Amino acid sequence: MTSLPQSTEKSLGLVIDLDTCVGCHACVISCKEWNTGAYGAPLADVDPYGAQPVGSFLNRVHTFEVKPAEGPAAVTHFPKSCLHCEDAPCVTVCPTGASYKRVEDGIVLVNESDCIGCGLCAWACPYGAREMDPVEKVMKKCTLCVDRIYNENIPEEDRVPSCVRTCPAGARHFGDLSDPDSGVFKLVEERGGFDLMPEQGTKPVNKYLPPRPKQEAAPEMDVLGPLLAESTEGAGGFFGWLDRTLEKL
Amino acid sequence: MHPAPSIILFTALSGLGFGLMVWLGLMPGDKGAWVAATFCILALALASIGLCSSLFHLGHPERAWKALSQWRSSWLSREGVIAIAALASFSLYGLLWVTSGTPNTLVGALSAALALATILCTAMIYTQMKTVPRWHSPLTPILFFAYALTGGALLAGKVTFSLWLLAALGGLQAFTWFKGDKAFAAAGHTMNTATGLNPDAKMRLLEAPHSGPNYLQKEMVFRIGRKHSQKLRIIAITLLAILPLALGLLFEVKHMLAGILVLSHIGGLLVSRWLFFAEAEHVVGLYYGQR
Repeated sequence: MTSLPQSTEKSLGLVIDLDTCVGCHACVISCKEWNTGAYGAPLADVDPYGAQPVGSFLNRVHTFEVKPAEGPAAVTHFPKSCLHCEDAPCVTVCPTGASYKRVEDGIVLVNESDCIGCGLCAWACPYGAREMDPVEKVMKKCTLCVDRIYNENIPEEDRVPSCVRTCPAGARHFGDLSDPDSGVFKLVEERGGFDLMPEQGTKPVNKYLPPRPKQEAAPEMDVLGPLLAESTEGAGGFFGWLDRTLEKL
Repeated sequence: MHPAPSIILFTALSGLGFGLMVWLGLMPGDKGAWVAATFCILALALASIGLCSSLFHLGHPERAWKALSQWRSSWLSREGVIAIAALASFSLYGLLWVTSGTPNTLVGALSAALALATILCTAMIYTQMKTVPRWHSPLTPILFFAYALTGGALLAGKVTFSLWLLAALGGLQAFTWFKGDKAFAAAGHTMNTATGLNPDAKMRLLEAPHSGPNYLQKEMVFRIGRKHSQKLRIIAITLLAILPLALGLLFEVKHMLAGILVLSHIGGLLVSRWLFFAEAEHVVGLYYGQR
């Protein structure tokens, strides 16, 4: 079971638009909310209201400052979760067969009742996509909300991963990345979607869309200044008379 | 990487045990039944204690038996299967040796081969990690073999062999540290490749995804004690190679001194194994602006 499939029928995954992401962490929270009550053991928090809270999450948003050789620096919010790699190193290192990649849709999952909590898959993942649950002591990872996307008991528009459904900026897209007719495939083509750490040879399914290069700042224009400066020009009535009289003194 | 005591003990003790099995299996020498039994029990005890201590590292040790199932793809699984085979084969060898008075060459050779294979599997668990450039090198299995054979030779009382091996191991360890220090940069992983953003840009982490530590940082971005790594390297190499080598060359190695040599070597081995983990930098640190 821990051998990878030769090929998968579909390659379900996410496309994350770094140009659109505003770094609100809504995807992090909705992911935690859905997945703590859904597939597998709950996502535990230890000491959640104390000084050193620690918990397992399947999705995290990092924020980077990017200073190009020329031009102004930009801030990029960077959501990161399992990339459901084609050559997933986390699957082949698993000694029990708990980690596997599904033939039907390419989703990488953990069978928690077989997981011994050795942590080797987390070591093998370059992206930090796997976290050991601090209470259940089994490995947790993104399931691509496998219990939502095929769930006929929920409205059709909800049958996407929780993070995609919740993103207020529309920065997250879900679909079959092996299908040239899919929206996500076209999006990757049009926008030049790329892989993370391609030199690791993991062939991630998830793709990232680059942020637009930041424009040179426009010449400084004082918009509010003139309106805020103290001026009595054109004042009429009693205050106009008072202004003129006091000016003469 | 986090230097978990259970894993340090496991790799160090099982390495010594299986290393001793190689020497006893291939060059048993002329030993009486009691002496042979003592040596065999020592080898089996070291290997078993090592393997048992690795179980403390698991979240669910009660399911550890499931780890024997995936030997086709997983080095960890292979290690479990071959270690059990080596223990079984060597137990049979020891039993035949003690009862019949003469060691069986065939079973001895088989036990030695299985012990060597176990050492290779242990090393490959770390070597296969592309995510840890310091480990992802042919030097890792070579070093693990050198440690196991040197420690095994010392324990087996093969004085001449162990002195040569101590010298070789010292040089090899120093070379591995030297190469390892350059491995991360040589692998070409940067914050830019990790995020796929502008390769020419200067990047820094502006805001971490969470204010507290998480599993990844505790496990993969272990930094405590790294600043003392140079001092620890000197301590390690002195204890594991230089001191035993000097004592062995200056004095005739007899019981008491042999004990000191072995203890010094094991002390150095534990320090160097601690460094093996503590100094290993995982690429995931790039997402945290740490190494």
